[in-house]
Amino acid sequence: MNKAFAMLFMFLISSMSICGQDYFPKNDGVMNSNHHFIAITNAKIHLSPEKVIENGTLLIKDGKVMDSGENLKLPDNTVVYDIKGNSVYPSFIDIYSNFGVAKAKRATGQNPQYDASRTGYYWNDHIKPEQNAIDKFNYDKKAATELLKNGFGVVNTHNQDGIVRGTGLLVALNNSGSNANRIIADKSAQYLAFSKSVTSRQSYPTSLMGSMALLRQMYLDAEWYANGHSLTKDRSLEALNNNKSLTQIFTAGSKTNALRADKVGDEFNIQYVILGGGNEYERISEIKATNAKMIIPINFKKPYNVEDTELSKSISLGDLKAWNQQGSNLTALESNGVTFALTSHSLKSIKDFKQNLLTAISYGFSKEMALKSLTTIPASILNQESNIGTLENGKYANFFITSGDVFEKSTKTFEHWVQGQQNIFDDINSKDLTGTYKFNLNGDAYTLKVSGPSKKLKTEVTANNLKLGSSAKYKGDWLNLSITTPDTVSKKFIRISANTLKNNKLVGTAILPNGNKQSFNAVLNTSEDSKKELKPKEAEKMKSVMPISFPNVAYGFNEKPKSQTLLFKNATVWTNESEGVLKQTDVLVKDGKIAKIGRDLSSKNAIVIDATNKHLTAGIIDEHSHIAADAINEAGQNSSAEVSIEDVINDEDISIYQNLAGGVTSIQILHGSANPIGGRSAIIKLKWGESAEDLIFPDTPKFIKFALGENVKQSNWGDRQTVRFPQTRMGTEQVYVDYFSRAKAYQELKASGKPYRKDIELETLLEILNKERFISCHSYVQSEINMLMKVAESFNFNINTFTHILEGYKVADKMKAHGVGGSTFSDWWAYKYEVNDAIPYNAAIMHNQGVVTAINSDDAEMSRRLNQEAAKSIKYGGVSEEDAWKFVTLNPAKLLHIDHKVGSIKVGKDADLVLWSDHPMSIYAKAEKTIIEGVTYFDIERDKQLRAQIKKDKSALINEMMEAKNSGMSTQPIKKKEKEHMHCDTGSDVHFIEK
Amino acid sequence: MKFKTHIFTILFGLFVIGMQGQQTPAPKQSSAIAIVGATAHIGNGSVIENSLIIFKDGKIETIVDGSLVKMDLNGMTVIPASGKHVYPGFIVPNSTLGLVEIDAVRATDDEDEIGPLNPNIRSIIAYNTESKVVESMRPNGVLLAQVTPRGGRISGTSSIVQLDAWNWEDAAIKTDDGIHLNWPSLFTRGRWWLGEDPNLKPNDNYEKQLNDLSNFIKESKAYNSSNTNAPNLKLEAMEGLFNKNKTLFIHANGEKAITDAVNFSKQHGVSKTVIVGGDGAQHIGPFLKSNNISVLLNRVHRTPSSDDDDYDLPFKMAKLLVDQGITVGLETSGQMERMNSRNLPFYAGTAAAYGLTKEQALQLITLNTATILGIENNYGSLEVGKSATLFISEGDALDMRTNILSHAFIDGRQISLETHQTKLWKRYSKKYESN
Repeated sequence: MNKAFAMLFMFLISSMSICGQDYFPKNDGVMNSNHHFIAITNAKIHLSPEKVIENGTLLIKDGKVMDSGENLKLPDNTVVYDIKGNSVYPSFIDIYSNFGVAKAKRATGQNPQYDASRTGYYWNDHIKPEQNAIDKFNYDKKAATELLKNGFGVVNTHNQDGIVRGTGLLVALNNSGSNANRIIADKSAQYLAFSKSVTSRQSYPTSLMGSMALLRQMYLDAEWYANGHSLTKDRSLEALNNNKSLTQIFTAGSKTNALRADKVGDEFNIQYVILGGGNEYERISEIKATNAKMIIPINFKKPYNVEDTELSKSISLGDLKAWNQQGSNLTALESNGVTFALTSHSLKSIKDFKQNLLTAISYGFSKEMALKSLTTIPASILNQESNIGTLENGKYANFFITSGDVFEKSTKTFEHWVQGQQNIFDDINSKDLTGTYKFNLNGDAYTLKVSGPSKKLKTEVTANNLKLGSSAKYKGDWLNLSITTPDTVSKKFIRISANTLKNNKLVGTAILPNGNKQSFNAVLNTSEDSKKELKPKEAEKMKSVMPISFPNVAYGFNEKPKSQTLLFKNATVWTNESEGVLKQTDVLVKDGKIAKIGRDLSSKNAIVIDATNKHLTAGIIDEHSHIAADAINEAGQNSSAEVSIEDVINDEDISIYQNLAGGVTSIQILHGSANPIGGRSAIIKLKWGESAEDLIFPDTPKFIKFALGENVKQSNWGDRQTVRFPQTRMGTEQVYVDYFSRAKAYQELKASGKPYRKDIELETLLEILNKERFISCHSYVQSEINMLMKVAESFNFNINTFTHILEGYKVADKMKAHGVGGSTFSDWWAYKYEVNDAIPYNAAIMHNQGVVTAINSDDAEMSRRLNQEAAKSIKYGGVSEEDAWKFVTLNPAKLLHIDHKVGSIKVGKDADLVLWSDHPMSIYAKAEKTIIEGVTYFDIERDKQLRAQIKKDKSALINEMMEAKNSGMSTQPIKKKEKEHMHCDTGSDVHFIEK
Repeated sequence: MKFKTHIFTILFGLFVIGMQGQQTPAPKQSSAIAIVGATAHIGNGSVIENSLIIFKDGKIETIVDGSLVKMDLNGMTVIPASGKHVYPGFIVPNSTLGLVEIDAVRATDDEDEIGPLNPNIRSIIAYNTESKVVESMRPNGVLLAQVTPRGGRISGTSSIVQLDAWNWEDAAIKTDDGIHLNWPSLFTRGRWWLGEDPNLKPNDNYEKQLNDLSNFIKESKAYNSSNTNAPNLKLEAMEGLFNKNKTLFIHANGEKAITDAVNFSKQHGVSKTVIVGGDGAQHIGPFLKSNNISVLLNRVHRTPSSDDDDYDLPFKMAKLLVDQGITVGLETSGQMERMNSRNLPFYAGTAAAYGLTKEQALQLITLNTATILGIENNYGSLEVGKSATLFISEGDALDMRTNILSHAFIDGRQISLETHQTKLWKRYSKKYESN
């Protein structure tokens, strides 16, 4: 068909559809409804990822597919588009987008805000299920055009703001349509995330674990509301209940957060579809086990610019490996049978999408799955299989036409049709003019070399071995070429217009500088390989991927280590039992337990470890740690009993390994001290390489952090922090009395059988009242220590542990009488006013008064030297060596209610052991092996090998980056990661670490 | 009976008053003191078993192997110390002792003046001899300190003090010993409030910052080479760097930064330069040695600065440098640096656990530091003619189990080993005994 005619036709169709709503008044002409057929003929039609018609016809009408096949009989009123053997693909669907929805505006202000800004909605501003993207939707034609060029014809968009973000909408990118026809679903899915809305400054939640707890409470509240128990109106919960049947899409953004989101969903029988982060391959078996459908971005990191040797030292092996391995993510997901859709989310430019996808394919990702993950899978996730995803009959006529396999680099996209509306990006009729031509003009013989894409042809013209200036434009069926004359004195031009319709020939006229016309006839040199494409810069080959380790950072295991039968011979054994310290003693470890203790032991299959002149002890237990967590404080309220550190364990923290190297085997990760009632603890074993859930102590006792003193009354938080109750120690008491009174009332209501609103916070406090959960309370001065014991006694329970407890020595007798233990620093003081009277003799005095006493760290560095900190009790107060050693082993085990399993060397207990080079409390002692349940997690000899391996791996990867850079890839500047060591007072603001 | 109660009240009152401040500084040494039979750790790497140490008027007169000589100890205070250990007083350089009492109470904080270039700011006049934190150093053997301002590009001028004094003039053993320069970082933090990534990224201004420093040095040299200038306290304070009166302490980490710092110092003719920090110095040992640069090494008890580092890198840093012939001292700056300074001996102990001999490790906190600070003529080792600044420990003072002091002397004065903390300990232990 004539091109101009086609364009005119396009215009007609467009104008028709703009006024497509037939019952609307029409004031600019006569009615122009047109419901004829359109046939795309001579097409290789990818009907679906599975079904291809090699040379067929696609028949469409009113924006939908009517039929397809090889020998279709076309109705009379059919407009035919011959696409000359090119390929047709169903439009890609981007399932995660903010297309057409303006970015939320950040609320400003400086004073803290604890209450919600709204009324009639949920009590937390960050829960916004009542928000509907359609209310803010403005079709963005420019962005749509870019998406269309890159194969995306349908996007699912939403307002990317808030923890519950409300509904999104599904829109076909019909540039000539209107919101009356292009919006496929007004409420396509409901969206959730862990990050707060920027539109409100309401403080809660300040942490990832707070977001998780908030979601849980919200679901409970929604159910309670649905059952009609609320006396007031809550538009958020109503909307949430109404959105229940929609697909629930969770913005996790990383492998770890994906697991966290899934955990929350599972608790409420909701299977989220989860937006990942591209690093799922690192924990692929856990990701697979979620059974969640995933949405995966392919935002590959560029290589670092590693030329500066000093700067490049700060790139970690983990980051280098991530760069090397990232391309294999889709392959790993595919081969593990995870169902996932792809998204262009997080890409700086949509143009990078195809390149990144091709990279993934070069790592073994299959083209078939690529097509599925962009068409049928997103369609099915959104329950829109009957409308989009394939070109089967009855579905939207959303497709694009390409020059060939869409997953090949050289393939170009000519047209993209959405709801039957054509968008042209490249002339389907345009020819490939590249090659070398010869022609004669005015007696001179010329050579014309043409290269590049048809829209941006490059030309090189030579005559008489002289290179001439030239430029060319190819449009319609015409090539307009101008060249300078061979005359080197004055610069003159020859202008040529040539028709391209004839094969291998350019025929037209040339106008010489003098104005004379001459016929122009250039002939393609078909004999040589002149048509051969320039070699691609980088030959695409299967990339080599560095193996994943557990965890996938420096010092990880290539394979998860296993429990072994071990026989320690001839050790000095610190039993922590009535036997005391046994010299020249053997210890047999079997099936993860201590099997035998004695002399001259033997065992057939045991690995024998000569421990002559060495000391074998129980592993160190740190009662107060903040390592291995992605969040420590939920500071948004004065009580956060609903949050749990177990939700935010970070199994990749190098501190785990460094603590193992210091002989630590178990720790309690405590919530911080931002509020009087903190969050629940995680008690974990430092099983380096295992995933977060598997670190948690088996049958873990339940603990919660409380806190007293300056931190909870916000003394050192800055001058604006004066609005949250309590601001004094007096108020702190009232917080406790208030919460426990409410918990009691709550218990009574529960027991009465009447309906009640399930409250996670009060449930947790109830566990305390019922002696099922134990308190470890951050404390400094004697007055408040005394106070909390009295409050507990008035509610008929005991405080389990005072941690820090720096003035414990002043009330040790009262502590003993109450039955509370003390876990203290060896010698920290003077950092706050309330530690003025902190003394290093504290442990000794408490111990002498019969208080179960432990030495803790609260610090990632000190924890790896707790043996030395215990030794300080010998210096400060003259505690016996055996008792001092119990301060970091058996006593913290008692305080944590795990002493039946760990804390001493006794037959039947867990084989959590440390082999020391010297007396364990000597400054000169080194941990040589640290063993948990029979598994050697740290070995000083293996550590040496790992150092060598890390050096080797890093230089190999840096080399690879240099190669990548030299091959022309753009690079990213180096970033230095800082390790944030968390303490009690860390992170009053939110940290969403994406790991 | 009534009278007794009164006395008790008065005594108790005195006790409470005593609690408020530091221990009363000891008077001048009045008679010669002999310590007999102890293992003497000289501080220069050598040990004398069964030693005889005699000091008089604050100076060591004799230190010999007691089994080889026979001396008349008549008229001397004799301290039998067989089985015990004697050490030179430990020295903590680059410390803020006496400049801050309680971190969280701003009114007690005098360590960081505003402005980037403060060579004229002097720590000595703010040094609080009554600090409870300062007195808590002594029972662990830490008897001397370099008191150093913090912050800015040039923090100010430090002085060296002994830790048993009525006032700062009393305390000073070397006033205005050095100027402290915080070397520009190779990394800078993104300005998150402008939407930048808050992580560390390469510092594009590094060269400019170096140039600014260079100009400041040039200006100060020009200023001090003429006496016709209008007064400029900052430039004037720099003079000592070029006439051997002051040491330039450059706080720098990383091979490149340290190399640049040393070259900078050389280029501008600074008479004595010390690197404080020294991460990465192990890679440029020969360069440092050939330039005669010593290093005050970052706190030993800390985690490696990068995840990939050897877990024990901070522990073995001293060994890595000492093996290359570099003079190394240990410093304690960082989080909770003042209260943690009493752990200085255990930092040295850890350095011994990770490669050095115990006597080498001891040098890191005695003679090496004295040499680096320029007080080695009088302090840092147990040698005849030097100040009798030393202590007696029940056992190995680098190990916390046996670092138990019975006596300590500063310039021959027997100082109190009581502190705010030991008093509370005794008071409350007594409370429970009488219960």
